[in-house]
Amino acid sequence: MSLLSVQDMKTDIGQYAVLHGVSFEVPEGGVFVLLGRNGAGKTTTLRSIMGLWTPSPGSVVFNGQDITRMHTADIARKGIAYVPENMGIFGTLTVDENLILATESGRFDKARLARIHELFPALERFRDKQAWSLSGGQKQMLSVARAIIEPRALILIDEPTKGLAPSIVGAMAEAFREIAQTTTILLVEQNFNFARSLGRDMAVIDDGRVVHAGSMEAFAADTALQDKHLGLSA
Amino acid sequence: MSTLTTTLGRIGGVNLLPFAVAAVAFLLIGAPSSWVTLTIAGLAMGMMLFLMASGLSLVFGLMDVLNFGHSAFVSFGAFVSATVLAGLGGWLAADSWALNALALAAAYLAAISFGLVAGWFFETVIIRPVYRDHLRQILITIGAMIVAEQTILAFWGGTPFSVGRPHFLEGSWIIGDVSIEIYRAFAFALGAAVFVMLYLVLNRTRIGLLIRAGVENREMVEALGFRVDRLFIGVFMLGSALAALGGAMWAGYETLITPHLGSELMIVVFIVVIIGGLGSIEGTLLGAILVGLMANYVGFLAPKLALASNMILMVAILLWRPNGLRPAVK
Repeated sequence: MSLLSVQDMKTDIGQYAVLHGVSFEVPEGGVFVLLGRNGAGKTTTLRSIMGLWTPSPGSVVFNGQDITRMHTADIARKGIAYVPENMGIFGTLTVDENLILATESGRFDKARLARIHELFPALERFRDKQAWSLSGGQKQMLSVARAIIEPRALILIDEPTKGLAPSIVGAMAEAFREIAQTTTILLVEQNFNFARSLGRDMAVIDDGRVVHAGSMEAFAADTALQDKHLGLSA
Repeated sequence: MSTLTTTLGRIGGVNLLPFAVAAVAFLLIGAPSSWVTLTIAGLAMGMMLFLMASGLSLVFGLMDVLNFGHSAFVSFGAFVSATVLAGLGGWLAADSWALNALALAAAYLAAISFGLVAGWFFETVIIRPVYRDHLRQILITIGAMIVAEQTILAFWGGTPFSVGRPHFLEGSWIIGDVSIEIYRAFAFALGAAVFVMLYLVLNRTRIGLLIRAGVENREMVEALGFRVDRLFIGVFMLGSALAALGGAMWAGYETLITPHLGSELMIVVFIVVIIGGLGSIEGTLLGAILVGLMANYVGFLAPKLALASNMILMVAILLWRPNGLRPAVK
């Protein structure tokens, strides 16, 4: 059984129909990658799963439970974390305050915090700094760290490499590999090399529909398919 | 320019503005005793405006709700407390500090309780159906403000209502040739105490952390598993109670109130919120103190410009800092 099952999800934003029936299955464990061109509907898919846009027809089933029309907060409490494209950090709060806000008890689990500091050493150095003063890469680290400060079954991550320096992208890939050992990641990404290095399974969204789904290994080996869906060789 | 900004930032930044205004006023007024009296009057007025504006600022910051009906809580707070004080007239006039204080506490508690209940009702019945729709918010909250004023008119009548002051807050302290009205000093102290409490709640508690985060990015707080709409009811009720307390204190300050008290103050309250920066308690305090000081200094130096001075202040600050002096979101 898959961890997350999205079936025929249609989402309208205002008067515009953005998703026209998205369906895919995310198996438990590893990294599942959603690929697609700009404006294809990847971000809307993540936001619809999270309840930030309400899909009209269709269903989202997580861990065997229908979460389609649940409130965002209730979806989060089921064990889904969200790292948005804009990182969604709270700039006037300190690094530690950003993290502690995401804990259920309001206290740090020392072992988890130590693991986070091991993954992202900058967050330990700047614990008491207001988050707005961090660099772009550090903000992205904080956003991911906030998603794993509590044990989660699934993390939705939207374009984490956007605008980051190559050295930071490498560190981020390492961190994701380690996180994926214990948590399933649903990753939206445009950087194909980054996605290929992490993904086990994948789907391509185009014009609000899934146009291809399968293993990342097979997709990475088929340049004609990449060209057809992503225009990579153009 | 950037060096100057950095240096100013290190020594207090925009927090220095009230001191700068006070220093300029000192030079223009000339007489130190008048300056002290006006400064204390300005600080007291500022603290009362802070109480009225802080809730409005948080409500807008947290849920993007434009509540023009906020003035109703100020007016009701004033009339409810004035009625309680009228009923406890014997305690007010008694030559007993304890009885005076009890009467005042009862009046303020009645205003706060009314603000809490009315805030819950207002949020549930009037605000909730129009979340995320500014035009309907403006229309419905202005409508609610008119209904509230008419209700006050129906209950208390249109003639100015006299407000009793406790015996122990009557008169002035005379220090040298400086006269300090006791009620103003009391209003300043009470406002400062409320600010400290609010500051501690916002900066030292988990609820405060959630409110500060929600002001910045409501959607992300929900994605972390918290129901901001439920938190918002609490903030709305708190804001309404503070506005009612501000109205109660203003009633004692003015000693004669009319049903239009709240709507007359609302323009100044909105100026305070805009100057301070939406969603920020520290910004609201700064804006309120500036507005209070300006109103008193300009009222003394150029009475015809008193009303315009705060508008000019707002325009000048917005030209300099379009998001206000200390906005909640950076």
